Amino acid sequence: MFGEFEAFLSILTFVPALGALVIAIFRFTARSEDQALIDRNSRWVAWLATIVTLGMAILLVANFDVDATGFQFVHEVTWLEQIGLGYRMGVDGLSVLFVLLTAFLMPICIMASGAIKHRVADYMIAFLLLETLVIGVFCALDIVVFYIFFEGGLIPMFLIIGVWGGQNRVYAAFKFFLYTLLGSVLMLVAMIVMFLQAGTTDITVLLETEFARNAQMWMWLAFFASFAVKMPMWPVHTWLPDAHVQAPTAGSVILAGVLLKLGGYGFLRFSLPMFPEASEYFAPMVFVLSIIAIIYTSLVAFRQTDIKKLIAYSSVAHMGFVTMGLFAMNETGVQGALFQMISHGVISGALFLCVGVIYDRMHTREIAFYGGLVHKMPVFAAIFGLFAMANVGLPGTSGFVGEIMTMVGAFQVNWWIATGAATGVILSAVYMLTVYRDVVLGEITNPKLETITDINRMEWLIFIPLIIGTLVLGLFSTLITDVTATAVDHLISNYDAALAASAQ
Amino acid sequence: MTADMLSQDLSLLIPELVLAGGAMALLMLGVFLNGKGTEKLIQWLTVGLLAAAGLAALFLVSGEGTAFNDSFVFDSLARFSKTAIGLVAAIAMLLAMPYLQAEKLGKIEYPILVALAVTGMMMMVSANDLIAMYMGIELQSLALYVLAAFNRDSLRASEAGLKYFVLGALSSGLLLYGASLVYGFAGSTGFADIALAVGSGSNVGLTVGLVFVICGLAFKVSAAPFHMWTPDVYEGAPTPVTAFFATAPKFAAIVLLARVLMEPFGSVVEQWRDVIWMIAVLSMAVGAFGALTQQNIKRLMAYSSIGNMGYALVAIAAASQTGLWALLVFMTLYMLGVIGSFAGILSMRTREGMVEQISDLAGLAQRNPGLGWSITALMFSIGGLPFMVGFFGKFFVVYAAVQADLMILAVLAVLFSVVGAAYYLRIVKVIWFDTSEVEFVPSAVSTYWIARIAGLATVLLLPVLGWLVFRAYSVGLALL
Repeated sequence: MFGEFEAFLSILTFVPALGALVIAIFRFTARSEDQALIDRNSRWVAWLATIVTLGMAILLVANFDVDATGFQFVHEVTWLEQIGLGYRMGVDGLSVLFVLLTAFLMPICIMASGAIKHRVADYMIAFLLLETLVIGVFCALDIVVFYIFFEGGLIPMFLIIGVWGGQNRVYAAFKFFLYTLLGSVLMLVAMIVMFLQAGTTDITVLLETEFARNAQMWMWLAFFASFAVKMPMWPVHTWLPDAHVQAPTAGSVILAGVLLKLGGYGFLRFSLPMFPEASEYFAPMVFVLSIIAIIYTSLVAFRQTDIKKLIAYSSVAHMGFVTMGLFAMNETGVQGALFQMISHGVISGALFLCVGVIYDRMHTREIAFYGGLVHKMPVFAAIFGLFAMANVGLPGTSGFVGEIMTMVGAFQVNWWIATGAATGVILSAVYMLTVYRDVVLGEITNPKLETITDINRMEWLIFIPLIIGTLVLGLFSTLITDVTATAVDHLISNYDAALAASAQ
Repeated sequence: MTADMLSQDLSLLIPELVLAGGAMALLMLGVFLNGKGTEKLIQWLTVGLLAAAGLAALFLVSGEGTAFNDSFVFDSLARFSKTAIGLVAAIAMLLAMPYLQAEKLGKIEYPILVALAVTGMMMMVSANDLIAMYMGIELQSLALYVLAAFNRDSLRASEAGLKYFVLGALSSGLLLYGASLVYGFAGSTGFADIALAVGSGSNVGLTVGLVFVICGLAFKVSAAPFHMWTPDVYEGAPTPVTAFFATAPKFAAIVLLARVLMEPFGSVVEQWRDVIWMIAVLSMAVGAFGALTQQNIKRLMAYSSIGNMGYALVAIAAASQTGLWALLVFMTLYMLGVIGSFAGILSMRTREGMVEQISDLAGLAQRNPGLGWSITALMFSIGGLPFMVGFFGKFFVVYAAVQADLMILAVLAVLFSVVGAAYYLRIVKVIWFDTSEVEFVPSAVSTYWIARIAGLATVLLLPVLGWLVFRAYSVGLALL
């Protein structure tokens, strides 16, 4: 139905930006005494824009042909054609679900921003711009367009952390920005090399291009520098805990839920299909880094005193499963990695929202401050419990499916890797259960907690879609794997064919 | 020379004739009227004159060719450059008007000096002969020395003017010495003849002369290690003069440098590429690290300009068609960012007068959201970060470098851009994260709109960027 309507994907991408423009126009032209009114209305504009985007994203997935290989909803506009750059958008099985995930989390973020009281209009503009940029990354079919969206996302996130963040926000914002920028500029050089060798920046053409083995190695490393930082992989993960701790709740949700997926998506879109020989060559290194990330950051998470930092380190560990599954390069592993990314987007987002709930009430994230919340906040205790279990990977929740699939995938490559990852699952149970015990269970020892109230209606509304998402994905995992299956098969068969060809 | 040939020659000079004749006429007009409001009239007429010269270069000059015994050339590169220079100078003049009035500097000489300087720049980008080149540079420079010290009651402005004059004279001396060596060994001052001499075999004298010429021109574009005058002059000169310095003269000098290197010396790329390589890396490094600790926003813009000239030199080092059009795209987008930023800096006026500390911008995003967002976008654009058009300037420069197999230079360029991003971010940080109670007084209408339109343009130009790239692209194809 929408297959014929070419610009659908571009409209979907730029609807949030349009919302931002509307807010901006009012923000810049209004008199200063009207700014309070604009702040109030900007929430509604932002909500409307994100809901429209979500609706369009659902339509996109509903009309997505899961059996077709190649890109769908392709939209091309000539732009800088003299040198071979073009504006090209399109989705395939690897990217379409990320568009949905982003569109799904954004309205939740907007709703969860009730605690933001100052400069609301700017906040909403930044969030809406971020949504456009992130969706753009997943839809871009041109490496330069991809890069623009990929790096452009830093700017609104920099502002979100820096303006609405915690005590140490300036440091965190700079670290976030410069760290990820440093990783990405090398990728830009590699992109230019690809451009010069292939003569085009069209991703669909580049996917068919074979690069020389030596060139592949360098380009793979340059792309790895960018994606490993974004992912983040050990040892370049250190920006993440800082950024997470300082970011406002909704910022953390979007950071963990969507921005961390950009690295994994980049591996799927570029490194694996375009540089198969280099991917094969470097896969052992990725496995080692993944296992270190899973075990080491789980141990680090266990020692945290700040709940948000704990979840941040837990995110690094979970992303370790993703890289492990991706580079296993078999169907189970890659499917599992995709599943793990979607599932982690929902679960980690929900966990940060849980932290946000108690932070909004007590203005501290110290684990030692809390204890016995179950007596005052039974509903919250149940919700937090569910997501803590999902984070551990309890069967029936979506966390289980992703972890087990990536481990099975890794097992087919080397059982030592799978063993290492399995240790990480145990460790995740250790830190998650410990923090749950310390915060929720036991007796109330801190008198300040006597007045704490259970979650309100707004917070209910925020959590319901996330709860449904976690359980539905956990029980009906084929909802995701059916969409991704064709694209993953295609990716793997091309990968194997390229390796076979180079072996001869 | 017949009258026919003369008129043919003159038809190529329409922009210069408009400017030079206009400047004379305005000087007369100013002296004779000499009443209240005269300076305002002259300023407006100069804005029109500059824009007219730029547009004349774009539309009125029909043919391309050389004039006056090949000493003057009007080609697509000259057309592109003159249009850009004329238009940006007109905007800089618009920005200067409210400032001059407020600071009681509204003398008729200011616009006339600007017009004469721009005449010199237009000569520079059309120079096809060492003497024509030198005349263009001197006409430009002498007017600029006076402009730097235009606020003669200010100690700092006088210092800036003097410093600029002494160092500028030194650089002109170097340039002249190099030119004389080149003339001596090539036997001609014409670029075409020099190209023949250079092509017929390497010659130490020519190489030494070329190095001196490069040094002299590196002074004019404020590339390291010839950059020392830049921060002081930028800081000391009246702000609109700095805005002018940072845009049009830079464009003219870098285009002249590109022409000298790629036309007469185009066949000995390997002899000058290393020199340009070094200057480029040094400039990017000095620009990136020097700016990190600056407190004064004009000094910061000075270091930013040193760094960005480094990127322009990267494009020249590529020594290719791609390098040339990348240079033009980069410089055009850079000038857009700079002129917008200076409109922002000129809006920094409190009740006590102009302020120029970076910390004075604190909380701007809250107090003045339009200006705050604009300067943010402009900073990201100059820094070459995507989603702003400035990214494409840097992107094409790096693209040209990679294409010319200058991989190390390309990697250094992107790495320095990360260091550079740190200080552009610092300004954004001050605008967004810090708070302050100081209010800026409302700025003049022209300044207000130039700052905002330039800010918007950093994003809104993206869809139509193809037009600019196409124009620059055809220049690159036509020339080499």
